[in-house]
Amino acid sequence: MTEFLMPSLGADMEAGTLVEWKKKPGDQLKPGDIIAEVETQKGLIEIEVFEAGILEDYLIEEGDKVPVGAPMAKLKSEGTPGKIPEKDSETHPIQEKEQATESEGPVPSDSISEETSSKEKSSEEKHRIKASPLARSIAEKNNVDLTSLTGTGEGGAITKADVEQAMAGEKETPKQSPETTAVKDTVEKKAEQETPSKQVMEPPAPSSKPGQQESIRAAVAAAMSRSNREIPHYYLEKKIDMLAAMSWLKDTNRQREISGRLLPAVLFIKAVAKAIDSTPALNAVWDNGLQLKNEVNIGFVISLRAGGLLVPAIRNADTKNVDEIMTALNDMIPRARALKLRSSELSDSTITITSLGENGAEKVFGVIYPPQVAIVGFGSIVNEPLVHDGMLAVRPVLHVTLAGDHRATDGLTGSRFLEALNNHLQNPEKL
Amino acid sequence: MTREEIQSAIFELLKKTAPDTDPTSLKPDENIREALNIDSFDALQFLVALNEKLGIDIPEEDYGKTATLGSLTDYLEEKSQ
Repeated sequence: MTEFLMPSLGADMEAGTLVEWKKKPGDQLKPGDIIAEVETQKGLIEIEVFEAGILEDYLIEEGDKVPVGAPMAKLKSEGTPGKIPEKDSETHPIQEKEQATESEGPVPSDSISEETSSKEKSSEEKHRIKASPLARSIAEKNNVDLTSLTGTGEGGAITKADVEQAMAGEKETPKQSPETTAVKDTVEKKAEQETPSKQVMEPPAPSSKPGQQESIRAAVAAAMSRSNREIPHYYLEKKIDMLAAMSWLKDTNRQREISGRLLPAVLFIKAVAKAIDSTPALNAVWDNGLQLKNEVNIGFVISLRAGGLLVPAIRNADTKNVDEIMTALNDMIPRARALKLRSSELSDSTITITSLGENGAEKVFGVIYPPQVAIVGFGSIVNEPLVHDGMLAVRPVLHVTLAGDHRATDGLTGSRFLEALNNHLQNPEKL
Repeated sequence: MTREEIQSAIFELLKKTAPDTDPTSLKPDENIREALNIDSFDALQFLVALNEKLGIDIPEEDYGKTATLGSLTDYLEEKSQ
């Protein structure tokens, strides 16, 4: 049996709040399955599993906030001898649990453990409402009385679907009895396993909530401050003639439907992925020493309209062709802007790219996203005088910068990388 | 398709692209991307959406004609006839 842990979705993440379980005990899991949705500073993140197995039991409940690395669920790995689910007597990590008050509405959902059930029965259960945070949030917004609903979720918990059905009039008509929804109970289950210090928290919202942008800003601030504090950056710049690449892009786009057209950023990403081959020390993390990474997962900086950045990864970019990279961007960028990314996209970048796009500044000098050891900056392509074949000509020019972690690599490595990047961009048809 | 219908489609899709802005306040000669702070990726997605909604193909070499509200409307009106 293994424990499924709250993943780290970046150096700046300390904890996450479980919003909704997407699998239930007994469910078969395969790698890539979404097991849960977790609210973090970077929005509502879908958490994936990476091993096949069976979800045996929940260790935390919807509404719980737990630190990175804390067990969230028990998994039975495939091949592991079966075990009858039993009440969980393990010590749990520090959890900040919602403490419902009259003004805040119903208590958070309960887990399905036997212990929980028996404890509930012995308490003032008539005042206790089992509902997912999402269901509570929708009910609250639409003035639906949760006490009038029968839950169809795990352990009889009221789900989003139950509330929506009630709103559609397909189920019981919600009765308006505000006094019965005013629940004073605090969550008692598992209390003996938790730290005595509890703290009042707002229920997690299903998507971007007020303060989310500030939260993202804070996450960026934390990561960049740490980077500036800990990482001795060195910077290099290379001026790249983009005539060949832009001509190739123009030709290929002319033959494509508009929805299949490529952006220059796709070439940047692919060229970086290929250039890493010659300088693997830049595709790494620094964690008490340099740790090279086999996968090339390129973090791509996406700016949010309201400010702040997210850096989801294009995984295995070295094995994807340019069309697959464009498809990945088409999928990822809108989800990033809606703050709906997946855990794998935020957790395992091995190098980062920041690209300013058209009509912006000509150069960008990046700040490395820890624990990575390099960030590649692409400025806007501009027409500039350039010596080509001994002649002065006006050509489309791209200024590419590399910020490297001097603990991990030296300028020579960075220079070799930029030279390799240049070579790849001179042969766009081979990307 | 009338000019009004084209502009209405433009405003609707720009609002989807940049929900925090008011595209109807754009002046005819104002650069759309600069005024509404639209990046390269969103600019392409906007043109894809226009193509899907209006059924008008916009070759890459014509992107320059789509820069302002006035020029984009003129371009689409001409292509729709």
